[in-house]
Amino acid sequence: MAESTSGHSARYSRYSRYPRYGRVEEALRAYRLIAGMWLRASLAYRASFWITTVGNGVTSLLDFVVIAVMFQHTTVLGGWTLPQVAFLYGTSGLTLGLADLLVGSLDQLGQRVRDGSVDTVLVRPAAALAQLGADRFALRRAGRVVQNLLVLGWSLLELRLDWTLPKLLVMAVLVVCGTVIFGSVFVAGAAFQFFATDAAEVQNSVTYGGATMLQYPPSVFARDLVRGAVYGIPLAFVNWLPALYLLGVPDPVGVPGWFRFASPLAALLCATAAGLAWRAGIRSYRSTGS
Amino acid sequence: MAIIEVEDVARTFTVRRKVGRLKRERSEVRAVDGLSFEVVAGEMVGYIGPNGAGKSTTIKMLTGILVPSEGRLRVAGADPSRERVRLARRIGVVFGQRTTLWWDLPLRDSYELARRIYRIEDARYRHNLDRCIELLELGPLLGVPVRQLSLGQRMRGDIAAALLHDPEVLYLDEPTIGLDVISKNRVREFLAEINAEAGTTVLLTTHDLTDIERLCSRVMVIDHGRVVYDGSLEGLHGIGGSERTLVVDLATPQPDPITVPGARVVRMEGPRQWLAFPSADSAAPLVAAIAARYPLVDLSVKEPAIEDVIARMYGGEVGREMEAVSG
Repeated sequence: MAESTSGHSARYSRYSRYPRYGRVEEALRAYRLIAGMWLRASLAYRASFWITTVGNGVTSLLDFVVIAVMFQHTTVLGGWTLPQVAFLYGTSGLTLGLADLLVGSLDQLGQRVRDGSVDTVLVRPAAALAQLGADRFALRRAGRVVQNLLVLGWSLLELRLDWTLPKLLVMAVLVVCGTVIFGSVFVAGAAFQFFATDAAEVQNSVTYGGATMLQYPPSVFARDLVRGAVYGIPLAFVNWLPALYLLGVPDPVGVPGWFRFASPLAALLCATAAGLAWRAGIRSYRSTGS
Repeated sequence: MAIIEVEDVARTFTVRRKVGRLKRERSEVRAVDGLSFEVVAGEMVGYIGPNGAGKSTTIKMLTGILVPSEGRLRVAGADPSRERVRLARRIGVVFGQRTTLWWDLPLRDSYELARRIYRIEDARYRHNLDRCIELLELGPLLGVPVRQLSLGQRMRGDIAAALLHDPEVLYLDEPTIGLDVISKNRVREFLAEINAEAGTTVLLTTHDLTDIERLCSRVMVIDHGRVVYDGSLEGLHGIGGSERTLVVDLATPQPDPITVPGARVVRMEGPRQWLAFPSADSAAPLVAAIAARYPLVDLSVKEPAIEDVIARMYGGEVGREMEAVSG
């Protein structure tokens, strides 16, 4: 009986005429709708919105002040100048900030798994990842993005790079792929919360810890750590490797030259792995009693 | 035309239990085990069973929330867990214990968001919403954030939300739990009407046999994860020889149990006496007979508890009679 989709009552066939929407299109649409709803809700308290947004920007700017102060005593750090380090700082923070703005809410998934409220997401006709990523969408997280853009802008002015078309392209790819890589870590971390509801801490150490690491030149870290960031969790592809090309800095660890342009490949791998982990997480979701 | 098909479905959960200080013991619990049934389009089926029998687990598998460990499920021709998103447009779900509305939003905004996510046509949306507002008396509640609604109000709000997109199948998990009598009646009337008019297939779990009595021509009893009875409610009462209880308060304590044909006293306490009579019988002649011979102050009729009905299905122990009455 299940295979017959035609030939029964008129009422039934009315529904089989539903247009088929693309999965990705539907997911993005649901994301937009839910995020838009949260955005309107947060703008209802305008003053509080601006205070937290500016506050977030200022707190994250303090990290950069620390780096700048360090350069009062030295002119180079691991062979990198202040504008070069500012480039790393800006790109690391910008990509993490964008990923956090887009899917940072997934951090809270463990709580929703524990109280079983993921149930309600799963009965709506949109991808769960889109709905949960948009849940409690907070534009105030854009504070970090803006602040890092300022630092990046300053570094680019100081560096006076010779912007050829390939360099512009690598710069654009850096922002997109860096965001995808960090976003994948958020998603993978969230997927893990289906199994261990307090796994958010592990994921935070990779995202925030990783982003802090990427603010500094790879040459200041132990070679094994850098290798881990290339071959393990490929955070090096966020900004270190593209920066070697963009800034024309020698490679401190010796990875194949084409790795400097391999960020899209790394991003694709990360996104695929995160997608699979998410799928496994959803399918193992066990809800709560009653 | 079966709209819901369940075939040899099982769902196991791994439970980790602390043993001693550090050791943990893993054990498997089969919440649903060898479950099979079919529901025809337009049917309204009561799905009952004791706590932990597997009712909610079944509903969660039918909506695609939980993936079955074994067996095969089809709802409107789709495999719920694999085609969850597509199926979601065609089903409505109400969890008595949990709201599907957006907690911080006024009811109206929740509906508006649902309209857009489900892509409900304007005319259909207006029609369905107006109808729900009228029948569930939601008018004054539309501007209130969900978290400020009372349980009964929220439940009505949830039921409306589940029906805005004209689902073919509606699952209700304990829709009347914790509601007062008036709210219960309103919900029941509404469900009966939706089922009669739109032909919506309804599967509802409940602890309240009155829900079933008023709404469902068919009742399935589940226990230990499998269907142990499938048929009419009368049939269920018939099988176990299930009994209702008439509680009477007399003006003065009587030394002896009341004697009336068709009922027997199972408990006495001062002026109050408990009389058991077959569920299939009407209480009216019984009340008339008692009132004719004793000074009656007050009375009430208690439906048998589901647990009791099920216990009787298995042959029933006599001892449970008293338990059911005092409980």
